[in-house]
Amino acid sequence: MARFVLSRIGQTLAVLFTVSVIIFALMRMIPGDPVLMMLGDDFTQGAYEQLKSKLGLDRSVVVQYLYWIGRVLSGDLGDSYLNHERVSRLVLDAFVPTLVLVIASLIVGVLIAVPSGIIAAMRKDSAWDWGSMGFAIFVYSMPSFWKGIILIWVFSVYLGWFPTMGYVAPWSDFREGLWRLVLPAITLGTFFSGLVARIIRSSLLEVLDQDYVKAARARGVRQAALVYKHAMANALIPVVTVIGLQFGTLLGGAVLTETVFAIPGMGRLSVAAILNRDYAVVQGAILLGVVSVVVVNLLVDIAYAFLNPRIRVA
Amino acid sequence: MARPLGADGRPFDPDGLTLPAAAPEPAALGSRAALHRWWRRFARNRGAVFGLAVFLTMVAMAIFAPLISPYDPLAQGVGIPMASPSTAHWAGTDSFGRDILSRIIFGSRVALIVGIASVLLAMVVGVTLGLVSGYYGGLVDVVIMRIMDGLFAFPIIILAIAMMAVMGFGVRNVIIAVAVGFIAPFARVTRGDVLAVKEEPYIEAARLAGVSSLAIIFRHVLPNVLAPIIVQGALRVSGAIITESGLSFLGLGPPPPTPAWGRMIAEGQTFIVMAPHIATIPGIALMIAIVALNLLGDGLRDTLDPRMRR
Repeated sequence: MARFVLSRIGQTLAVLFTVSVIIFALMRMIPGDPVLMMLGDDFTQGAYEQLKSKLGLDRSVVVQYLYWIGRVLSGDLGDSYLNHERVSRLVLDAFVPTLVLVIASLIVGVLIAVPSGIIAAMRKDSAWDWGSMGFAIFVYSMPSFWKGIILIWVFSVYLGWFPTMGYVAPWSDFREGLWRLVLPAITLGTFFSGLVARIIRSSLLEVLDQDYVKAARARGVRQAALVYKHAMANALIPVVTVIGLQFGTLLGGAVLTETVFAIPGMGRLSVAAILNRDYAVVQGAILLGVVSVVVVNLLVDIAYAFLNPRIRVA
Repeated sequence: MARPLGADGRPFDPDGLTLPAAAPEPAALGSRAALHRWWRRFARNRGAVFGLAVFLTMVAMAIFAPLISPYDPLAQGVGIPMASPSTAHWAGTDSFGRDILSRIIFGSRVALIVGIASVLLAMVVGVTLGLVSGYYGGLVDVVIMRIMDGLFAFPIIILAIAMMAVMGFGVRNVIIAVAVGFIAPFARVTRGDVLAVKEEPYIEAARLAGVSSLAIIFRHVLPNVLAPIIVQGALRVSGAIITESGLSFLGLGPPPPTPAWGRMIAEGQTFIVMAPHIATIPGIALMIAIVALNLLGDGLRDTLDPRMRR
């Protein structure tokens, strides 16, 4: 087990290294001279040279990368070009609402997926099975931002059940915060639920076909007990993997969903930063986003190994 | 003389002696007969045929947009602003009094061009990297695949946002931004298949006969790994269109006034209370396109690549 965890951590570090090089390279491809941009009207030849060497831009690319990654590792992502706030502060502040949305969507997704996947598997080829699978394809094909607007139209504008948009942190006002999260979480969670329901269905069908389940059925165990006591635990293992694999997609979807619902998260921060050419913020936001995806994947893999002893050896 | 076909669509071979039994036939589109067999399998898949029909309609719509759209998509004030659907404007008008149906028809151009061009671009780059990586192995393989691992860690839309930040707006840049996110999957699929094909006796025979590596890769390896690549490509087009519409929804797509479905939805959100049709109708067009492309992709997967069948 320790060997498995260590080798997965090693792989993760390798991926993180590549990711950092890609982001560093991307930011160097931006047209225009960052030194000129930062100086603006204060341009003099002397100031130009001074700032250039202060930023390390007169050194080789490798040295520049090492200099940059050193600062990143010590938590320094630079300052926002617009309002001179620390980028690390801005990015972390924006990451919290996004993460809250992703977690709420995961909960909504699993709450929808588990029952519909189980029923679809227990009544295979019934109207329920076809219906829930059709619904899965339907919500999967709806772009999240459009789904969000439709939900706002129906549930906020027409029925008036939920606020149209905005964000309140659940820990500052739990009721209000939760209330405002319902529509965004449904928007993002239904996308996820379709996929998970299909996986629960196929993995449950596979488990129900195995000898130990057949033996239990032969002993006269009822269908419901069969599913909940014998099959469910094993059928849920693949779900853990999907959650890990889909975390990145969910984060990407959150970027769009929070734009619809005016949630002050990573999506709004990075889009505003791009439009303002505030590249230090763009870089910090993307770095934090990708690092979180890679780390979640690592954690899920380790959790998976705990749940499924057969993996540990490999 | 053509061989009679068995029930499985392969040449009938009663004693199983003359043909390798049940050998997978990934790239079985070489001959006209094989193409015909594939089409018969494909035509039985109702979802796939529906997807193909919608896709072809979309292509026709994009090509003949100037002929079939009732109004100029950029002309303002062709109707009363924010008018609901009527006989004069089937999909209503937007806040500038532009005809929404005409803008949807022209918007299909951006969606299709970005969807297809970005996947083709990603395919060319990804497949080349996968071929080189799988065929040569060693350090080249390690370096290329580690870069692919890094790219793969980026959520597609976040990578596309980063690319747009670097390159600036415009249709060409959207194509590149979307394509970069799809390179890694193509490289991985290709590499995996190349590793298997590389060990086949006919590759070794070609090598011993003194055929150059480049010729082996393109003449002998590529045709035999093509089917899963085509399937992968078909499955990615809908993802590319979703990504493009997401970018233009965020305001990072082709600059206005170019009609793009994502931007039309974003513009309509402002008026969701007064005129809900402005945001909802372009979304329906987008969703039909995505469902159709998903069905088409699934159909191609099920009929082209026996190993990927569910």
